[in-house]
Amino acid sequence: TYADFTPQASFDIKKCDVHKLEEGPPLQAVLTREEGLQYYRTMQTMRRMELKSDQLYKQKIIRGFCHLYDGQEACAVGIEAGINLTDHLITAYRAHGYTLTRGGTVREIMAELTGRRGGIAKGKGGSMHMYTKHFYGGNGIVGAQVPLGAGVALACKYLGKNELCVCLYGDGAANQGQIFETYNMASLWKLPCIFICENNKYGMGTSVERAAASTDYFKRGDFIPGLRVDGMDVLCVREATKFAAEHCRSGKGPILMELQTYR
Amino acid sequence: MASLRSFLRSGKNAVSAVLRREFHGTPPAAVQVTVRDALNQALDEELERDERVFLLGEEVAQYDGAYKVSRGLWKKYGDKRIIDTPITEMGFAGIAVGAAMAGLRPICEFMTFNFSMQAIDQVINSAAKTYYMSAGLQPVPIVFRGPNGASAGVAAQHSQCFAAWYGHCPGLKVVSPWSAEDAKGLLKSAIRDDNPVVFLENELMYGVPFEMSEEAQSKDFLLPIGKAKIERQGNHVTLVSHSRMVSLCLDAAAVLAKEGIECEVINMRTIRPLDAEAIETSVMKTNHLITVEGGWPQFGVGAEILARIMEGKDFFICF
Repeated sequence: TYADFTPQASFDIKKCDVHKLEEGPPLQAVLTREEGLQYYRTMQTMRRMELKSDQLYKQKIIRGFCHLYDGQEACAVGIEAGINLTDHLITAYRAHGYTLTRGGTVREIMAELTGRRGGIAKGKGGSMHMYTKHFYGGNGIVGAQVPLGAGVALACKYLGKNELCVCLYGDGAANQGQIFETYNMASLWKLPCIFICENNKYGMGTSVERAAASTDYFKRGDFIPGLRVDGMDVLCVREATKFAAEHCRSGKGPILMELQTYR
Repeated sequence: MASLRSFLRSGKNAVSAVLRREFHGTPPAAVQVTVRDALNQALDEELERDERVFLLGEEVAQYDGAYKVSRGLWKKYGDKRIIDTPITEMGFAGIAVGAAMAGLRPICEFMTFNFSMQAIDQVINSAAKTYYMSAGLQPVPIVFRGPNGASAGVAAQHSQCFAAWYGHCPGLKVVSPWSAEDAKGLLKSAIRDDNPVVFLENELMYGVPFEMSEEAQSKDFLLPIGKAKIERQGNHVTLVSHSRMVSLCLDAAAVLAKEGIECEVINMRTIRPLDAEAIETSVMKTNHLITVEGGWPQFGVGAEILARIMEGKDFFICF
Protein backbone atom coordinates (compact mmCIF):
# COMPACT_ATOMS: atom_id res chain seq x y z
CA THR A 1 0.00 0.00 0.00
CA TYR A 2 0.95 3.65 -0.21
CA ALA A 3 1.72 3.59 3.50
CA ASP A 4 4.54 1.08 2.98
CA PHE A 5 6.42 3.42 0.64
CA THR A 6 6.11 6.81 2.30
CA PRO A 7 6.93 6.71 6.01
CA GLN A 8 7.73 10.42 6.06
CA ALA A 9 7.71 13.59 4.00
CA SER A 10 9.54 16.89 3.96
CA PHE A 11 7.73 20.22 4.03
CA ASP A 12 8.90 23.77 3.44
CA ILE A 13 7.88 26.03 6.29
CA LYS A 14 7.73 29.79 6.62
CA LYS A 15 10.81 31.67 7.70
CA CYS A 16 10.53 33.17 11.19
CA ASP A 17 11.33 36.82 11.87
CA VAL A 18 14.16 37.00 14.40
CA HIS A 19 15.20 39.46 17.09
CA LYS A 20 18.71 39.47 18.54
CA LEU A 21 19.42 36.09 16.93
CA GLU A 22 21.96 35.20 14.25
CA GLU A 23 19.67 32.66 12.65
CA GLY A 24 16.24 31.17 13.11
CA PRO A 25 14.75 27.68 13.00
CA PRO A 26 15.24 25.53 9.87
CA LEU A 27 13.11 26.19 6.78
CA GLN A 28 12.25 22.56 6.26
CA ALA A 29 10.46 20.12 8.51
CA VAL A 30 10.32 16.37 8.28
CA LEU A 31 7.04 14.76 9.26
CA THR A 32 6.68 11.01 9.80
CA ARG A 33 3.44 9.19 9.24
CA GLU A 34 2.94 8.46 12.93
CA GLU A 35 3.62 12.06 13.89
CA GLY A 36 1.27 13.37 11.23
CA LEU A 37 -1.56 11.15 12.32
CA GLN A 38 -0.97 11.92 15.98
CA TYR A 39 -0.92 15.69 15.48
CA TYR A 40 -4.03 15.50 13.33
CA ARG A 41 -5.93 13.34 15.81
CA THR A 42 -5.01 15.58 18.72
CA MET A 43 -5.93 18.79 16.90
CA GLN A 44 -9.23 17.37 15.70
CA THR A 45 -10.09 16.11 19.16
CA MET A 46 -9.23 19.51 20.58
CA ARG A 47 -11.42 21.26 18.01
CA ARG A 48 -14.36 18.98 18.65
CA MET A 49 -13.95 19.33 22.42
CA GLU A 50 -13.90 23.11 22.25
CA LEU A 51 -16.88 23.36 19.92
CA LYS A 52 -18.84 21.03 22.14
CA SER A 53 -17.89 23.08 25.18
CA ASP A 54 -19.18 26.15 23.35
CA GLN A 55 -22.54 24.43 22.86
CA LEU A 56 -22.68 23.32 26.50
CA TYR A 57 -21.81 26.81 27.65
CA LYS A 58 -24.65 28.30 25.64
CA GLN A 59 -26.96 25.72 27.18
CA LYS A 60 -25.71 26.85 30.60
CA ILE A 61 -24.47 23.36 31.41
CA ILE A 62 -21.04 24.94 31.76
CA ARG A 63 -21.12 27.93 34.14
CA GLY A 64 -18.65 30.66 34.95
CA PHE A 65 -15.97 31.35 32.39
CA CYS A 66 -15.23 29.24 29.32
CA HIS A 67 -12.33 30.49 27.20
CA LEU A 68 -12.10 28.39 24.07
CA TYR A 69 -9.08 27.34 22.14
CA ASP A 70 -10.62 26.46 18.77
CA GLY A 71 -8.52 27.99 16.03
CA GLN A 72 -5.30 27.83 18.01
CA GLU A 73 -4.86 24.05 18.06
CA ALA A 74 -1.65 24.12 16.05
CA CYS A 75 0.00 26.12 18.82
CA ALA A 76 -0.61 23.65 21.63
CA VAL A 77 0.13 20.60 19.52
CA GLY A 78 3.19 22.11 17.87
CA ILE A 79 4.67 23.22 21.20
CA GLU A 80 4.17 19.82 22.81
CA ALA A 81 5.83 18.21 19.79
CA GLY A 82 8.90 20.36 20.40
CA ILE A 83 9.37 19.50 24.10
CA ASN A 84 9.03 16.44 26.35
CA LEU A 85 6.39 15.55 28.90
CA THR A 86 9.14 15.85 31.53
CA ASP A 87 9.43 19.54 30.69
CA HIS A 88 7.07 21.98 32.35
CA LEU A 89 4.33 24.22 30.99
CA ILE A 90 2.15 26.97 32.34
CA THR A 91 -0.43 29.08 30.60
CA ALA A 92 -3.25 31.57 31.19
CA TYR A 93 -6.97 30.84 31.17
CA ARG A 94 -7.33 29.61 27.60
CA ALA A 95 -6.04 26.31 28.85
CA HIS A 96 -8.22 23.42 27.68
CA GLY A 97 -5.96 22.61 24.75
CA TYR A 98 -2.86 22.42 26.91
CA THR A 99 -4.62 20.30 29.53
CA LEU A 100 -5.18 17.79 26.74
CA THR A 101 -1.63 17.86 25.36
CA ARG A 102 -0.18 17.63 28.85
CA GLY A 103 -1.90 14.36 29.63
CA GLY A 104 -5.48 15.21 30.56
CA THR A 105 -8.32 13.19 29.01
CA VAL A 106 -11.33 14.68 27.26
CA ARG A 107 -13.57 13.07 29.88
CA GLU A 108 -11.70 14.64 32.80
CA ILE A 109 -11.70 18.02 31.08
CA MET A 110 -15.39 18.05 30.28
CA ALA A 111 -16.27 16.75 33.72
CA GLU A 112 -14.26 19.62 35.20
CA LEU A 113 -15.97 22.15 32.94
CA THR A 114 -19.37 20.90 34.03
CA GLY A 115 -18.38 20.92 37.70
CA ARG A 116 -18.43 17.18 38.25
CA ARG A 117 -16.52 15.15 40.79
CA GLY A 118 -14.80 13.18 38.03
CA GLY A 119 -13.21 16.39 36.79
CA ILE A 120 -9.48 16.89 36.72
CA ALA A 121 -9.73 19.15 39.81
CA LYS A 122 -12.80 17.39 41.23
CA GLY A 123 -14.99 20.17 39.88
CA LYS A 124 -13.42 22.78 42.17
CA GLY A 125 -11.38 24.55 39.55
CA GLY A 126 -13.49 24.80 36.46
CA SER A 127 -12.34 26.04 33.08
CA MET A 128 -9.43 28.11 34.32
CA HIS A 129 -7.88 25.83 36.92
CA MET A 130 -6.94 22.45 35.49
CA TYR A 131 -3.67 20.78 36.43
CA THR A 132 -1.70 17.71 35.38
CA LYS A 133 1.83 16.51 36.04
CA HIS A 134 4.28 19.27 35.07
CA PHE A 135 1.35 21.45 33.96
CA TYR A 136 0.61 24.30 36.31
CA GLY A 137 -2.73 25.39 34.86
CA GLY A 138 -4.86 27.26 34.00
CA ASN A 139 -4.40 30.69 35.70
CA GLY A 140 -7.15 33.26 36.04
CA ILE A 141 -5.21 36.46 36.67
CA VAL A 142 -3.89 37.91 33.41
CA GLY A 143 -0.11 37.91 33.40
CA ALA A 144 0.37 36.33 36.85
CA GLN A 145 1.39 33.03 35.28
CA VAL A 146 4.50 34.54 33.74
CA PRO A 147 6.49 35.05 36.95
CA LEU A 148 5.17 31.65 38.08
CA GLY A 149 6.58 30.10 34.91
CA ALA A 150 9.97 31.70 35.52
CA GLY A 151 9.82 30.28 39.03
CA VAL A 152 9.25 26.82 37.63
CA ALA A 153 12.23 27.41 35.34
CA LEU A 154 14.27 28.42 38.37
CA ALA A 155 13.35 25.12 40.00
CA CYS A 156 14.41 23.31 36.80
CA LYS A 157 17.80 24.98 36.91
CA TYR A 158 18.12 24.46 40.68
CA LEU A 159 17.34 20.75 40.50
CA GLY A 160 19.63 20.27 37.52
CA LYS A 161 17.56 17.79 35.54
CA ASN A 162 17.94 19.55 32.19
CA GLU A 163 14.24 20.38 32.09
CA LEU A 164 12.79 23.67 30.93
CA CYS A 165 9.56 25.60 31.38
CA VAL A 166 7.30 26.84 28.59
CA CYS A 167 5.54 29.95 29.84
CA LEU A 168 2.58 31.16 27.76
CA TYR A 169 0.68 34.40 27.74
CA GLY A 170 -1.52 36.31 25.32
CA ASP A 171 -1.19 39.55 23.39
CA GLY A 172 -3.32 41.23 26.07
CA ALA A 173 -1.10 40.04 28.92
CA ALA A 174 2.03 41.10 27.01
CA ASN A 175 1.54 44.66 28.27
CA GLN A 176 1.59 43.61 31.95
CA GLY A 177 4.39 45.07 34.07
CA GLN A 178 5.09 41.83 35.91
CA ILE A 179 6.05 40.25 32.59
CA PHE A 180 8.84 42.79 32.13
CA GLU A 181 9.96 42.16 35.71
CA THR A 182 10.11 38.49 34.79
CA TYR A 183 12.07 39.09 31.56
CA ASN A 184 14.63 40.94 33.68
CA MET A 185 15.13 38.23 36.29
CA ALA A 186 14.94 35.33 33.84
CA SER A 187 17.63 36.97 31.76
CA LEU A 188 19.84 37.94 34.74
CA TRP A 189 19.72 34.44 36.18
CA LYS A 190 19.71 32.63 32.79
CA LEU A 191 16.57 30.68 33.59
CA PRO A 192 15.62 27.90 31.14
CA CYS A 193 12.33 29.53 30.20
CA ILE A 194 10.64 29.74 26.80
CA PHE A 195 8.28 32.71 26.90
CA ILE A 196 5.55 32.28 24.32
CA CYS A 197 3.13 35.03 23.37
CA GLU A 198 0.05 33.62 21.65
CA ASN A 199 -0.98 36.62 19.60
CA ASN A 200 -4.54 35.96 18.51
CA LYS A 201 -5.07 39.63 17.63
CA TYR A 202 -7.47 40.33 20.53
CA GLY A 203 -6.93 40.89 24.23
CA MET A 204 -10.35 39.99 25.60
CA GLY A 205 -12.42 42.20 23.25
CA THR A 206 -9.82 44.79 22.35
CA SER A 207 -7.79 44.54 19.17
CA VAL A 208 -4.00 44.64 19.47
CA GLU A 209 -3.63 47.99 17.69
CA ARG A 210 -5.79 49.64 20.35
CA ALA A 211 -3.95 48.07 23.30
CA ALA A 212 -0.27 47.98 22.42
CA ALA A 213 2.06 50.77 21.36
CA SER A 214 4.24 48.06 19.81
CA THR A 215 2.64 44.94 18.37
CA ASP A 216 6.03 43.34 17.67
CA TYR A 217 5.54 41.09 20.68
CA PHE A 218 8.59 39.00 19.83
CA LYS A 219 10.76 42.10 20.29
CA ARG A 220 9.22 43.20 23.56
CA GLY A 221 11.67 41.07 25.53
CA ASP A 222 14.31 43.62 24.48
CA PHE A 223 17.50 41.88 25.66
CA ILE A 224 15.85 38.45 25.24
CA PRO A 225 16.20 36.92 21.74
CA GLY A 226 12.89 36.50 19.93
CA LEU A 227 11.14 34.67 17.10
CA ARG A 228 7.91 35.49 15.28
CA VAL A 229 6.28 32.23 14.19
CA ASP A 230 3.29 31.30 12.03
CA GLY A 231 1.06 29.84 14.73
CA MET A 232 -1.39 28.31 12.27
CA ASP A 233 1.20 25.84 10.98
CA VAL A 234 1.86 22.99 13.39
CA LEU A 235 5.24 22.18 11.81
CA CYS A 236 6.38 25.79 11.98
CA VAL A 237 5.47 25.87 15.67
CA ARG A 238 7.21 22.56 16.30
CA GLU A 239 10.46 23.59 14.62
CA ALA A 240 10.49 26.94 16.40
CA THR A 241 9.86 25.23 19.75
CA LYS A 242 12.68 22.75 19.14
CA PHE A 243 14.96 25.65 18.28
CA ALA A 244 13.94 27.51 21.42
CA ALA A 245 14.29 24.43 23.61
CA GLU A 246 17.80 23.86 22.31
CA HIS A 247 18.63 27.48 23.16
CA CYS A 248 17.42 27.04 26.75
CA ARG A 249 18.95 23.65 27.37
CA SER A 250 22.36 24.88 26.22
CA GLY A 251 22.33 27.33 29.13
CA LYS A 252 21.92 30.51 27.10
CA GLY A 253 18.97 31.65 29.19
CA PRO A 254 15.42 32.55 28.19
CA ILE A 255 14.03 33.03 24.69
CA LEU A 256 10.77 34.53 23.45
CA MET A 257 8.43 33.26 20.73
CA GLU A 258 5.44 35.06 19.31
CA LEU A 259 2.90 32.71 17.71
CA GLN A 260 0.61 34.49 15.28
CA THR A 261 -2.71 32.74 15.50
CA TYR A 262 -6.44 33.34 15.68
CA ARG A 263 -9.48 32.29 17.73
CA MET B 1 37.47 32.57 91.59
CA ALA B 2 35.88 31.97 88.21
CA SER B 3 37.49 28.59 87.83
CA LEU B 4 36.31 27.54 91.24
CA ARG B 5 32.81 28.54 90.37
CA SER B 6 32.86 26.61 87.13
CA PHE B 7 34.19 23.64 89.05
CA LEU B 8 31.18 23.84 91.26
CA ARG B 9 28.77 24.48 88.41
CA SER B 10 29.99 21.38 86.66
CA GLY B 11 28.02 19.42 89.19
CA LYS B 12 30.85 17.84 91.01
CA ASN B 13 30.62 17.60 94.75
CA ALA B 14 31.47 20.82 96.52
CA VAL B 15 33.89 19.47 99.01
CA SER B 16 36.34 22.05 100.13
CA ALA B 17 35.74 25.16 102.18
CA VAL B 18 34.61 27.87 99.79
CA LEU B 19 33.04 31.27 100.00
CA ARG B 20 29.60 29.81 99.79
CA ARG B 21 27.84 26.49 99.44
CA GLU B 22 26.33 25.47 96.16
CA PHE B 23 23.54 22.98 95.70
CA HIS B 24 24.54 19.94 93.73
CA GLY B 25 23.06 20.08 90.29
CA THR B 26 23.40 21.62 86.81
CA PRO B 27 21.83 25.02 86.31
CA PRO B 28 19.82 25.56 83.10
CA ALA B 29 21.97 26.48 80.12
CA ALA B 30 19.69 29.30 78.99
CA VAL B 31 21.21 32.07 76.96
CA GLN B 32 20.15 35.53 75.91
CA VAL B 33 19.29 35.57 72.18
CA THR B 34 17.93 38.45 70.15
CA VAL B 35 14.94 37.89 67.87
CA ARG B 36 17.22 38.61 64.91
CA ASP B 37 19.65 35.89 65.90
CA ALA B 38 16.83 33.46 66.59
CA LEU B 39 15.48 34.01 63.08
CA ASN B 40 18.98 33.65 61.68
CA GLN B 41 19.42 30.34 63.50
CA ALA B 42 16.09 29.06 62.22
CA LEU B 43 16.99 29.96 58.64
CA ASP B 44 20.44 28.42 58.93
CA GLU B 45 19.15 25.19 60.42
CA GLU B 46 16.37 24.75 57.86
CA LEU B 47 18.67 25.56 54.93
CA GLU B 48 21.05 22.93 56.22
CA ARG B 49 18.35 20.35 56.82
CA ASP B 50 16.60 20.46 53.46
CA GLU B 51 18.31 21.04 50.12
CA ARG B 52 15.12 22.36 48.57
CA VAL B 53 14.88 25.33 50.95
CA PHE B 54 16.24 28.61 49.60
CA LEU B 55 15.90 32.31 50.42
CA LEU B 56 15.22 35.14 47.98
CA GLY B 57 14.56 38.82 48.41
CA GLU B 58 16.11 42.27 48.26
CA GLU B 59 19.55 42.54 49.89
CA VAL B 60 19.34 39.10 51.51
CA ALA B 61 22.63 37.82 50.10
CA GLN B 62 25.57 40.15 49.74
CA TYR B 63 24.23 42.82 52.09
CA ASP B 64 23.57 40.16 54.77
CA GLY B 65 19.91 41.22 54.87
CA ALA B 66 18.37 44.68 55.01
CA TYR B 67 17.97 44.16 58.75
CA LYS B 68 20.79 41.64 59.00
CA VAL B 69 18.41 38.75 59.62
CA SER B 70 20.16 36.66 56.94
CA ARG B 71 23.67 37.57 58.09
CA GLY B 72 26.28 34.98 57.14
CA LEU B 73 23.93 32.83 55.10
CA TRP B 74 25.15 33.81 51.64
CA LYS B 75 28.71 33.24 52.72
CA LYS B 76 27.78 29.76 53.93
CA TYR B 77 25.33 28.64 51.23
CA GLY B 78 26.24 30.66 48.13
CA ASP B 79 24.37 32.10 45.16
CA LYS B 80 22.22 29.08 44.51
CA ARG B 81 20.45 29.08 47.90
CA ILE B 82 20.51 32.79 48.85
CA ILE B 83 19.36 34.98 45.96
CA ASP B 84 19.46 38.78 45.71
CA THR B 85 16.56 40.07 43.64
CA PRO B 86 15.94 43.34 41.81
CA ILE B 87 13.38 45.69 43.39
CA THR B 88 10.45 43.99 41.69
CA GLU B 89 8.19 42.43 44.30
CA MET B 90 5.43 41.24 42.03
CA GLY B 91 7.97 39.51 39.80
CA PHE B 92 10.06 37.83 42.44
CA ALA B 93 7.13 36.82 44.61
CA GLY B 94 5.61 35.16 41.54
CA ILE B 95 8.91 33.46 40.80
CA ALA B 96 9.04 32.20 44.38
CA VAL B 97 5.50 30.81 44.14
CA GLY B 98 6.31 29.12 40.83
CA ALA B 99 9.40 27.53 42.35
CA ALA B 100 7.26 26.23 45.22
CA MET B 101 4.79 24.73 42.76
CA ALA B 102 7.64 22.95 41.01
CA GLY B 103 8.86 21.26 44.20
CA LEU B 104 11.23 23.66 45.93
CA ARG B 105 10.62 25.27 49.35
CA PRO B 106 11.29 28.98 48.93
CA ILE B 107 11.43 31.62 51.65
CA CYS B 108 10.42 34.92 50.04
CA GLU B 109 11.51 37.95 52.01
CA PHE B 110 9.70 41.28 51.68
CA MET B 111 11.79 44.13 52.98
CA THR B 112 8.67 45.16 54.80
CA PHE B 113 5.17 43.83 54.35
CA ASN B 114 4.14 47.20 52.95
CA PHE B 115 5.87 46.13 49.77
CA SER B 116 4.02 42.85 49.78
CA MET B 117 1.06 44.89 48.62
CA GLN B 118 2.78 45.12 45.27
CA ALA B 119 2.85 41.35 45.15
CA ILE B 120 -0.37 40.62 46.99
CA ASP B 121 -1.97 39.04 43.93
CA GLN B 122 0.78 36.42 43.86
CA VAL B 123 0.41 35.77 47.61
CA ILE B 124 -3.35 35.39 47.54
CA ASN B 125 -4.38 34.31 44.05
CA SER B 126 -1.34 32.25 43.09
CA ALA B 127 -0.24 30.89 46.46
CA ALA B 128 -3.16 30.83 48.90
CA LYS B 129 -5.96 29.68 46.61
CA THR B 130 -4.18 27.09 44.47
CA TYR B 131 -4.37 24.07 46.77
CA TYR B 132 -8.13 24.46 46.95
CA MET B 133 -8.70 25.24 43.28
CA SER B 134 -6.66 22.23 42.24
CA ALA B 135 -8.52 19.96 44.68
CA GLY B 136 -5.24 19.13 46.39
CA LEU B 137 -3.22 18.43 43.24
CA GLN B 138 -0.95 21.45 43.59
CA PRO B 139 0.51 22.34 46.99
CA VAL B 140 2.47 25.57 47.43
CA PRO B 141 4.99 25.16 50.27
CA ILE B 142 6.23 28.75 50.56
CA VAL B 143 7.01 31.16 53.40
CA PHE B 144 6.62 34.91 52.93
CA ARG B 145 8.45 36.70 55.71
CA GLY B 146 9.57 40.17 56.69
CA PRO B 147 8.93 43.01 59.13
CA ASN B 148 5.31 44.07 59.59
CA GLY B 149 3.60 46.99 61.28
CA ALA B 150 4.91 50.23 62.69
CA SER B 151 8.58 51.04 62.91
CA ALA B 152 10.32 54.17 64.25
CA GLY B 153 9.01 57.24 62.43
CA VAL B 154 8.98 55.80 58.91
CA ALA B 155 5.63 57.44 58.01
CA ALA B 156 2.33 56.03 56.85
CA GLN B 157 3.42 54.19 53.70
CA HIS B 158 5.95 52.13 55.62
CA SER B 159 3.97 51.40 58.79
CA GLN B 160 0.95 49.29 57.91
CA CYS B 161 0.10 46.11 59.79
CA PHE B 162 -1.07 43.36 57.46
CA ALA B 163 -2.22 40.84 60.04
CA ALA B 164 -5.91 41.50 59.36
CA TRP B 165 -5.59 41.54 55.57
CA TYR B 166 -3.75 38.22 55.34
CA GLY B 167 -5.65 36.77 58.29
CA HIS B 168 -8.81 37.14 56.25
CA CYS B 169 -7.80 34.67 53.54
CA PRO B 170 -8.43 30.93 53.60
CA GLY B 171 -5.53 28.95 52.24
CA LEU B 172 -2.95 30.98 54.16
CA LYS B 173 -1.44 30.43 57.56
CA VAL B 174 -0.49 33.71 59.22
CA VAL B 175 2.01 33.78 62.05
CA SER B 176 3.08 36.70 64.23
CA PRO B 177 5.87 35.86 66.71
CA TRP B 178 6.89 37.98 69.66
CA SER B 179 9.86 36.48 71.53
CA ALA B 180 13.07 34.89 70.28
CA GLU B 181 11.68 31.42 71.02
CA ASP B 182 8.52 32.26 69.10
CA ALA B 183 10.59 33.52 66.19
CA LYS B 184 12.75 30.44 65.98
CA GLY B 185 10.19 27.73 66.66
CA LEU B 186 7.50 29.26 64.47
CA LEU B 187 9.79 30.04 61.54
CA LYS B 188 11.06 26.47 61.53
CA SER B 189 7.49 25.18 61.61
CA ALA B 190 6.50 27.58 58.86
CA ILE B 191 9.32 26.40 56.61
CA ARG B 192 8.42 22.76 57.22
CA ASP B 193 4.71 23.42 56.60
CA ASP B 194 3.40 22.47 53.15
CA ASN B 195 1.02 25.43 53.09
CA PRO B 196 1.78 29.05 52.16
CA VAL B 197 2.68 30.82 55.43
CA VAL B 198 2.82 34.58 55.95
CA PHE B 199 5.35 35.23 58.70
CA LEU B 200 4.96 38.69 60.21
CA GLU B 201 8.05 39.86 62.07
CA ASN B 202 8.61 43.26 63.65
CA GLU B 203 11.58 45.49 63.01
CA LEU B 204 11.61 47.00 66.49
CA MET B 205 11.76 43.51 68.02
CA TYR B 206 14.80 42.36 66.05
CA GLY B 207 17.31 43.74 68.53
CA VAL B 208 15.45 42.69 71.70
CA PRO B 209 17.12 39.87 73.64
CA PHE B 210 15.10 37.09 75.26
CA GLU B 211 16.09 34.15 77.36
CA MET B 212 16.14 31.03 75.26
CA SER B 213 15.88 27.69 77.01
CA GLU B 214 18.20 24.81 76.21
CA GLU B 215 15.32 23.04 74.54
CA ALA B 216 14.76 26.01 72.26
CA GLN B 217 18.38 26.00 71.22
CA SER B 218 18.12 22.56 69.66
CA LYS B 219 18.02 22.09 65.90
CA ASP B 220 14.64 20.41 65.99
CA PHE B 221 12.86 22.90 68.19
CA LEU B 222 9.45 23.53 66.64
CA LEU B 223 6.45 25.46 67.89
CA PRO B 224 3.01 24.48 66.62
CA ILE B 225 1.29 26.96 64.35
CA GLY B 226 -2.19 27.80 65.65
CA LYS B 227 -1.52 27.66 69.39
CA ALA B 228 -1.39 30.74 71.60
CA LYS B 229 0.78 31.00 74.72
CA ILE B 230 -0.11 32.40 78.12
CA GLU B 231 2.85 34.64 78.89
CA ARG B 232 1.54 35.69 82.27
CA GLN B 233 -1.10 34.11 84.46
CA GLY B 234 -3.78 36.27 86.05
CA ASN B 235 -7.35 36.28 87.31
CA HIS B 236 -8.78 39.72 86.77
CA VAL B 237 -8.48 40.71 83.12
CA THR B 238 -7.34 39.03 79.90
CA LEU B 239 -5.04 40.93 77.60
CA VAL B 240 -4.73 39.39 74.14
CA SER B 241 -2.03 40.56 71.79
CA HIS B 242 0.51 39.57 69.13
CA SER B 243 4.02 40.64 68.17
CA ARG B 244 5.49 43.77 69.74
CA MET B 245 2.32 44.66 71.62
CA VAL B 246 2.83 41.66 73.88
CA SER B 247 5.71 43.60 75.44
CA LEU B 248 3.34 46.52 75.97
CA CYS B 249 0.80 44.24 77.64
CA LEU B 250 3.39 42.77 79.97
CA ASP B 251 4.57 46.25 80.91
CA ALA B 252 0.97 47.29 81.57
CA ALA B 253 0.41 44.13 83.61
CA ALA B 254 3.42 45.00 85.78
CA VAL B 255 2.00 48.46 86.46
CA LEU B 256 -1.47 47.11 87.25
CA ALA B 257 -0.07 44.41 89.52
CA LYS B 258 1.04 47.15 91.90
CA GLU B 259 -2.63 48.11 92.24
CA GLY B 260 -3.57 44.51 92.85
CA ILE B 261 -4.99 43.84 89.38
CA GLU B 262 -3.59 40.61 87.96
CA CYS B 263 -3.66 40.50 84.17
CA GLU B 264 -3.52 37.32 82.13
CA VAL B 265 -1.45 38.09 79.05
CA ILE B 266 -2.00 35.91 76.01
CA ASN B 267 0.53 35.94 73.20
CA MET B 268 -1.47 34.87 70.13
CA ARG B 269 1.61 33.66 68.18
CA THR B 270 -0.66 32.76 65.26
CA ILE B 271 -3.23 35.01 63.56
CA ARG B 272 -4.63 32.33 61.30
CA PRO B 273 -5.77 29.78 62.41
CA LEU B 274 -6.83 31.78 65.45
CA ASP B 275 -6.57 30.01 68.82
CA ALA B 276 -10.01 31.11 69.94
CA GLU B 277 -10.14 28.31 72.49
CA ALA B 278 -7.23 29.70 74.51
CA ILE B 279 -8.83 33.14 74.59
CA GLU B 280 -12.25 31.77 75.51
CA THR B 281 -10.83 29.69 78.36
CA SER B 282 -9.09 32.74 79.73
CA VAL B 283 -12.14 34.98 79.40
CA MET B 284 -14.27 32.38 81.18
CA LYS B 285 -11.85 32.76 84.10
CA THR B 286 -11.40 36.53 84.14
CA ASN B 287 -14.64 37.81 82.55
CA HIS B 288 -12.77 40.81 81.16
CA LEU B 289 -11.09 41.12 77.78
CA ILE B 290 -8.92 43.72 76.11
CA THR B 291 -7.31 43.13 72.71
CA VAL B 292 -4.15 45.07 71.93
CA GLU B 293 -2.75 45.31 68.42
CA GLY B 294 -0.65 47.50 66.18
CA GLY B 295 -3.16 47.37 63.30
CA TRP B 296 -6.09 49.65 62.58
CA PRO B 297 -9.23 48.94 64.59
CA GLN B 298 -11.85 48.67 61.85
CA PHE B 299 -12.18 45.12 60.51
CA GLY B 300 -9.06 44.19 62.47
CA VAL B 301 -7.64 41.33 64.48
CA GLY B 302 -9.23 42.60 67.71
CA ALA B 303 -12.57 42.99 65.98
CA GLU B 304 -12.44 39.33 64.94
CA ILE B 305 -11.50 38.16 68.44
CA LEU B 306 -14.34 40.12 69.99
CA ALA B 307 -16.79 38.77 67.43
CA ARG B 308 -15.68 35.20 68.10
CA ILE B 309 -16.06 35.63 71.86
CA MET B 310 -19.47 37.24 71.53
CA GLU B 311 -20.65 34.55 69.13
CA GLY B 312 -19.08 31.80 71.24
CA LYS B 313 -21.09 29.18 73.08
CA ASP B 314 -20.01 30.41 76.51
CA PHE B 315 -20.63 34.12 76.09
CA PHE B 316 -23.92 34.27 77.95
CA ILE B 317 -22.56 32.16 80.78
CA CYS B 318 -20.19 35.04 81.54
CA PHE B 319 -23.16 37.00 82.70
